[in-house]
Amino acid sequence: MNQSVEPSYALVVKKDCPTCALIEPVIAELIKAMAGALTVYVQDDPSFPATAANPIDDRSLEFSYKNNIEFVPTLINLTADSEDRIYGWDKQQWREFTGLPTLGEGLVDFKPGCGSKSQDPGMDEVLALRFDSGILQARRVELAESEDVVEACYERGWTDGLPVVPPTPIRVMRMLAGSDRSPSEIIGNVPPDYRPCSIEKIATNAVMAGAKPEYFPAIIAAAEAALLDKFCMHGLLCTTYFSSPVVIINGPAPRQIGMNSGVNALGQGNRANATIGRSLQLLIRNVGGGVPGGIDRATMGNPGKYTYCFAEDESDADWPTLAMDRGFDRDQSVVSLFAGDGLTPILDQQSRTAASLAKSMAASLRGVAHVKLFGLADAILIVCPEHRRLLKDSGWSKADLKAALFDELMTPGHEIVRGASDMAEGMPEKFKDKLLNKFRDDGLHIVSTGGTAGMFSAIIGGWVASGERGSQLVSKRFSTSGDENE
Amino acid sequence: MSDMTLLDPTAELKPVERQLLPRLRSLSGATVGLLDISKPRGKEFLDEVERQLMELGATIKRYSKPTFARVAPKELTQRISIECDAVIEGLAD
Repeated sequence: MNQSVEPSYALVVKKDCPTCALIEPVIAELIKAMAGALTVYVQDDPSFPATAANPIDDRSLEFSYKNNIEFVPTLINLTADSEDRIYGWDKQQWREFTGLPTLGEGLVDFKPGCGSKSQDPGMDEVLALRFDSGILQARRVELAESEDVVEACYERGWTDGLPVVPPTPIRVMRMLAGSDRSPSEIIGNVPPDYRPCSIEKIATNAVMAGAKPEYFPAIIAAAEAALLDKFCMHGLLCTTYFSSPVVIINGPAPRQIGMNSGVNALGQGNRANATIGRSLQLLIRNVGGGVPGGIDRATMGNPGKYTYCFAEDESDADWPTLAMDRGFDRDQSVVSLFAGDGLTPILDQQSRTAASLAKSMAASLRGVAHVKLFGLADAILIVCPEHRRLLKDSGWSKADLKAALFDELMTPGHEIVRGASDMAEGMPEKFKDKLLNKFRDDGLHIVSTGGTAGMFSAIIGGWVASGERGSQLVSKRFSTSGDENE
Repeated sequence: MSDMTLLDPTAELKPVERQLLPRLRSLSGATVGLLDISKPRGKEFLDEVERQLMELGATIKRYSKPTFARVAPKELTQRISIECDAVIEGLAD
């Protein structure tokens, strides 16, 4: 290759920038000195700069985007082996860069530049969409002018019954910007149809659910957790039972993205809680093909099948979180999925000792699925802050509570076999002489959330196919700051 | 305008065009509604349609719009959707 290449420069300016206006005489000097070796690109008004004869109109921002221009003015030496550039106005620097020792005589020595128009808020995704056509690979659905876009989503069967945010390419691009994962990465196959699920498809459904890009890492983690074999998403979807994924988030992420772990934590009203859970449900519906009445055969279902997601109250440093129980650290963001159904209250306003409260909770936990069915369904016990305080005041740890519940829930088989207490339902006769626990090992999880007023704890009953033959609670760590996932 | 293009959120197993509802496989035992839009001679036309459909084993229910000039009232379309497996709208002068 011939090394004696003529120097070649590109200068990017915008009229709206006072520094660009300041250096108009400098541009004239550069043109005079460099002649055809300098190309001027203008981002906003091709009549600017008056000192350049033929500035290139970059109002489309193609050059600015493709050359990653962050500031104006930017002067680039295109002949340098490793591309070299300066920006703003620094007289000494410009003189050295161009080799013109008298450049800008009479101008101030220094004036910082302005932001490039390609860096305006939201522009990055607009430009990526315009100039990197390969980023999004999903099929485009063109709507007729007369179609109402929200109705069009309904008519195509994309919704859970509530309106969705129309998944336009730009919205999906912005969602994708919430994570550094490649849009084309396949995280696995989504049941029941076992179709490949790309990060782009997760983003598309997250847009429809109404999520913000900052929630996207949690949503990806929830999707990945749902695809873990231990979770048994396929069976969970097909079951006639009530259950569906319950999403619980621990660590710093819930606070960063403003999740609710306080008043009404399991209720309506918080965008992050609502849309993270809904994103997972829409993904299963749209990519997996899990449609009620189709493969989803639930007798009744439960309202949590729209969305069921909350964060743990981690304000008490003495309380080990659900994620910590699963082997993670307090400073790690973790999403856990549990195959659960609706919420059963445990009202106890009279207990003043942990021992009494534990008995109350155990008695209520017996009702999961059926008072005489043991070892079938796991459960999550949600301890409200007031009950948590009572435990603490009694000197009980979470482990103490768990041990007490285990003891309380040991039951002689003859009390719960079929026919006992004049109820046909119950455990098979073969357990008559055994001592049984309501929950299998690792079948009872304890988490804390909710407002500080009210002695109301709660139970999320699990799927009756809990454990190795069905679904087990799964957890997946995620990062909100771009570092490696586990 | 940008709202006019959407990204398909599904596994893309179905054609992108909206699909017709599933058609009846047989008329035998099906209930077919005949909706007279109240134009002249609609009755004679639908009488003949009814006769032929009954030969194919269909049960017929007859409906009519109050006036051909307006769309059918919501109550009428809801009633037809509850009572019938299919509907033929008689569009005739």
